[in-house]
Amino acid sequence: MYAFEFHRPTSLRQAASLLGKAEDGRLLAGGQSLLPMMKLRLASPGTVIDLGAVPGMTGIERKGRSLVIGAMTRHAEVETSPVVKEAIPALAHLVSVLGDPAVRNRGTIGGSLANNDPSADYPAACLALGATIVTNQRRIAADDFFQGVFTTALEEGEIIVKVVFPIPSRAGYEKFRHPASRFALAGVFVARRGGEIRVAVTGAGDSGVFRWHEAEEALKGRFAPKSLDGLTPSTEGMNSDIHADAAYRAHLVGVMARRAVERALRR
Amino acid sequence: MTTVTLTVNGQSVTQAIDPRTLLVQLLRENLRLTGTHVGCDTSQCGACVVHVNGVSVKSCTMLAAQCEGASVTTIEGIAQGGQLHPMQEAFREHHGLQCGYCTPGMIMSAIDIVNRKGTALDEETVRHELEGNICRCTGYHNIVKAVIAGAEAMAGGMRQAAE
Amino acid sequence: MAVTSIGARVVRKEDHRFITGKGQYTDDINRPGQAHAVFVRSPHAAATIRRIDTSAARSMPGVVAILTGEDLAADKIGGLICGWMIHSKDGSPMKAGAHPALAHGKVRYVGDHVAVVIAETVLQAKDAAEAVVVDYAVEKPVVDVASALAKGAPAVHAEAPDNRVFSWHLGDKAATDAAFAKARHVTALDIVNNRLIPNAMEPRAAVGDYDSGNDAFTLYTTSQNPHVARLVLSAFIGVAPEHKLRVIAPDVGGGFGSKIFIYAEETVCVWAAKKVGRPVKWTSDRTEAFLSDAHGRDHVTRAEMALDENGRILALRVNTKANLGAYLSTFASSVPTYLYAPLLSGQYDIPAIYAEVDGVYTHTAPVDAYRGAGRPEATFVVERLVEVAAREIGMDPARFRARNYIRKFPHQTPVIMAYDAGDYDASLKKALELADYKGFGRRKREAARRGKLRGIGFSSYIEACGIAPSAAVGSLGAGVGLWESAEVRVNPIGTVEVLTGSHSHGQGHETTFAQLVSDRLGIPIENVSIVHGDTDKVQMGMGTYGSRSGAVGMSAIAKALDKVIAKGKKVAAHVLEAAEGDIEFKDGKFSVAGTDRSAGFGDIALQAYIAHKFNGQELEPGLKEGAFYDPTNFTFPAGVHICELEVDPQTGDVTIEKWTAVDDFGVIINPLIVEGQVHGGIAQGVGQALHEGAVYDPATGQLVTASYMDYRMPRAEDLPSFVVDTTVTPCPSNPLGIKGCGEAGAIAAPAAVVNALTNAVGHEDVPMPATPQAMWRACRKAAQPLAAE
Repeated sequence: MYAFEFHRPTSLRQAASLLGKAEDGRLLAGGQSLLPMMKLRLASPGTVIDLGAVPGMTGIERKGRSLVIGAMTRHAEVETSPVVKEAIPALAHLVSVLGDPAVRNRGTIGGSLANNDPSADYPAACLALGATIVTNQRRIAADDFFQGVFTTALEEGEIIVKVVFPIPSRAGYEKFRHPASRFALAGVFVARRGGEIRVAVTGAGDSGVFRWHEAEEALKGRFAPKSLDGLTPSTEGMNSDIHADAAYRAHLVGVMARRAVERALRR
Repeated sequence: MTTVTLTVNGQSVTQAIDPRTLLVQLLRENLRLTGTHVGCDTSQCGACVVHVNGVSVKSCTMLAAQCEGASVTTIEGIAQGGQLHPMQEAFREHHGLQCGYCTPGMIMSAIDIVNRKGTALDEETVRHELEGNICRCTGYHNIVKAVIAGAEAMAGGMRQAAE
Repeated sequence: MAVTSIGARVVRKEDHRFITGKGQYTDDINRPGQAHAVFVRSPHAAATIRRIDTSAARSMPGVVAILTGEDLAADKIGGLICGWMIHSKDGSPMKAGAHPALAHGKVRYVGDHVAVVIAETVLQAKDAAEAVVVDYAVEKPVVDVASALAKGAPAVHAEAPDNRVFSWHLGDKAATDAAFAKARHVTALDIVNNRLIPNAMEPRAAVGDYDSGNDAFTLYTTSQNPHVARLVLSAFIGVAPEHKLRVIAPDVGGGFGSKIFIYAEETVCVWAAKKVGRPVKWTSDRTEAFLSDAHGRDHVTRAEMALDENGRILALRVNTKANLGAYLSTFASSVPTYLYAPLLSGQYDIPAIYAEVDGVYTHTAPVDAYRGAGRPEATFVVERLVEVAAREIGMDPARFRARNYIRKFPHQTPVIMAYDAGDYDASLKKALELADYKGFGRRKREAARRGKLRGIGFSSYIEACGIAPSAAVGSLGAGVGLWESAEVRVNPIGTVEVLTGSHSHGQGHETTFAQLVSDRLGIPIENVSIVHGDTDKVQMGMGTYGSRSGAVGMSAIAKALDKVIAKGKKVAAHVLEAAEGDIEFKDGKFSVAGTDRSAGFGDIALQAYIAHKFNGQELEPGLKEGAFYDPTNFTFPAGVHICELEVDPQTGDVTIEKWTAVDDFGVIINPLIVEGQVHGGIAQGVGQALHEGAVYDPATGQLVTASYMDYRMPRAEDLPSFVVDTTVTPCPSNPLGIKGCGEAGAIAAPAAVVNALTNAVGHEDVPMPATPQAMWRACRKAAQPLAAE
């Protein structure tokens, strides 16, 4: 790690002000991505602002037809929350296959979204569920939020405060884990809400999470795995590395999508 | 430098530290609690697992400064009054360790599994929950056995405590 | 009292410190005033160093010293050595390039040591290491054997212009060719034995300490054999004379071979401690471990098996290119030669075998022994050939194996080894029953209904352990003898310390060795301490590797115990006033035959020290005996492993459904520990077959799999619980009948997995590691002819 200044603000306003003032400042939420990057000297923020002592940023509640999760809510809390299990069981399932228990005890939804790792799980859920990311400044639709690998719509000094998920009638998530890192090699979140069907893919695309419109169209006819038979996204724009080339990744997206629909129908 | 005050194995500790200090470094270097180990740089091996405020955490992926006011329990702090924790005993009884390097993290994770999943554990659950702990010696066979047995023994202990 | 004799499932004595966090590993050791070392490593696979500029780094906070290869050379510190001479077919000695602990002029792999920065803290040393400016003239690397052997390939070392370190062979070429000429059937396979990175969970570490008052050095290090480390550091590298260098290998967190070798880092820490006048500590991080620990395996092989019309094996012909990396590590040359080709007979009666092996330099990390070392590679060749041959001639693979088993012992193979004992039918029979081989067809059909491809595969392996008779290995090129030493110190009150040259880094010697002592002397196991890992305490030893500590290390203890008992009888004769010949020793008691006069072991120990009852001129006081045991033969553990698995053809994901292992390890001291060794070995073998593979980028020589983000370690969820059983034919070649068990799983497993995978998909084109992507492709290949129909 390179040297940095450390702050532990006790209010959101204070955090935002520190972030605004700091040159090359980074927010520290759960730290499960940022700290390893800093340890490997791949990230070198001059200032680290720990959100751990900021009140009011955690919690899970159902508000009408939405599920609201505070940005600093740990993955483990989402995984085990009866409210989440009742409202969007697919989200609880997604978290249960995210990282490992110790990582889930620290990692937060806000941190995951702000980081927007192209293989992370949460972005798929947000995009497929049509979530709204609420910051200290504004509300951002998931469709606008994810802007490519490790890139989001967040502006300088902007802090995610909570995430609002509209509750779907059906949803399912399936991921094929990267053999080594256990991130998503291909993860697909499908959701149906009223007439709207959204399919979001993480891990596979070379510009991060994306909506697979072809699959969405196919599922509009009938929300069943069969509707996706033979359907595979184009290999163009797929990631390719030693673990999975573009053809394999594209194939896996098809398989995971069918299995996600199966899972969505299972409850 | 920054100052952090926390409780480690029941004792209050205040340390002036470089902000870069990881929790595991605070434990190993400042407090000489060397039972917590470092096995990787990427938060995967779990040799460094301790409990922070009662839940398992990878102490190599947490700044010591984030632990202000926290209560930390390490492998050195789970035996009570000279009596080994049932999970420690189970690892020994079932030969759940060989070189011993991953063992402290394994035991701390195992206790956390019981805290979350209860004392009646099946093999599938244990294997899934050990996702974040890598062992190179045992092939996990005896670790899984030990965790299941340790969980049962913890149930006994909990029943006793309740009586 | 719990039973603690030989054969009992004794819970480990050493565990208390590990489960309470009180183990003492090298990184747990801090010396007063210590400084920290960080190595500047080459970012290039092949380059000439034009200039190293340390000026900026030197002035950074906390920097104590920055040392380079020039400083090493100026102090006349020698290079790292390879301790096994291999001669090529033409009689010429292997062509070894120099291996300086800090690079001199050239770097030859990514991670090669260029300089060391010593600073007050690790962070300061890291910061300064980044500020060391090295001007490299980057060259084109070769990372695999094919490109290294291609015409015009850049030479890794000038000493080996075609990158061939040796072109070695073993066996009778003419007889083998003749057998192939008359064969009814020939099975041929191209095999890649994938490169592995050992990944003991404890990264390597070293603390060098120098005592100027006595001009003496102490090295704390993560070593499997501290005495060999001292020998090499003093006699060959010249850091300090032997009597002025103490090497301590405290608790060591796994080795699997990777901690046998003498590396640059510990050499530099010892040397630098004197140079800077402070203890110098280095601890590897995981990335450094990936880059610079010696890797394992990495063979490319063409193998053929000749059969007659009755399904009997006539001959085996093998050509292997072994990647040795950029420098010859401590035992690198022995692994693909004498630890490999002599095992090519497997469990089978094969009249003729011929093997050719080229050792090849590449711009990659050095390759040396990793759990099994040569024997997994041999087993993989033999067991793949046998499986495929059986399939090709339409014979059940179990039956085909049994048809070719060796049944008469001793058996001289055509490749050096003389197998002393075994009963291969017994292991096969038991394994078939435990695996419910008969029910496999039903399980395969059931799996098919769920859309899964189920496969079953065998591995009927043999290994040569108990390494090894000194004269024999000497004649094959070894630079050392491979005996083991023991010293049994009986204290006046009858407690015992055993000093052993073996080293325990997970094997449980503190328990099994104590069981032997308790058993032989009839004293409680609590009264026995096993001392190891310190050259100041144990006079000499060869350490732990090659499954040798039971067969060789314990045999040395047994020999010393015999001497203790013999001496005890002499003392007892005086105490009990009887003739020495009438003294019997049993169950911890010396007694006079045919009388009720007796004395306990503790009483006799006390008498030996107070020496009141005998004349000290006729009988020396005290009770302490030492022994060196040199084995008479290798030992030959063997067994049958059966893997049953399912492949998801949609994703290529593989699930191991059942693992059956029946091993013959000879006499077993502690089944609990032996089973643990088997479990761990299987996991590593499964890791090789399904998950693990070191990948270097062919263009740049960068290690692509340099962290757990890209190198897949086997996890709990990847494995089932194993069905583990044994058969026993005692080993006739050592006094305890032990064969050794440490490597069996890793040797047996890869072939069993790949045989099961190929059985599942119905063709032989499955690589290792059989990653999900590879298996998805293999499933598609299997499905293609069907689709065309």
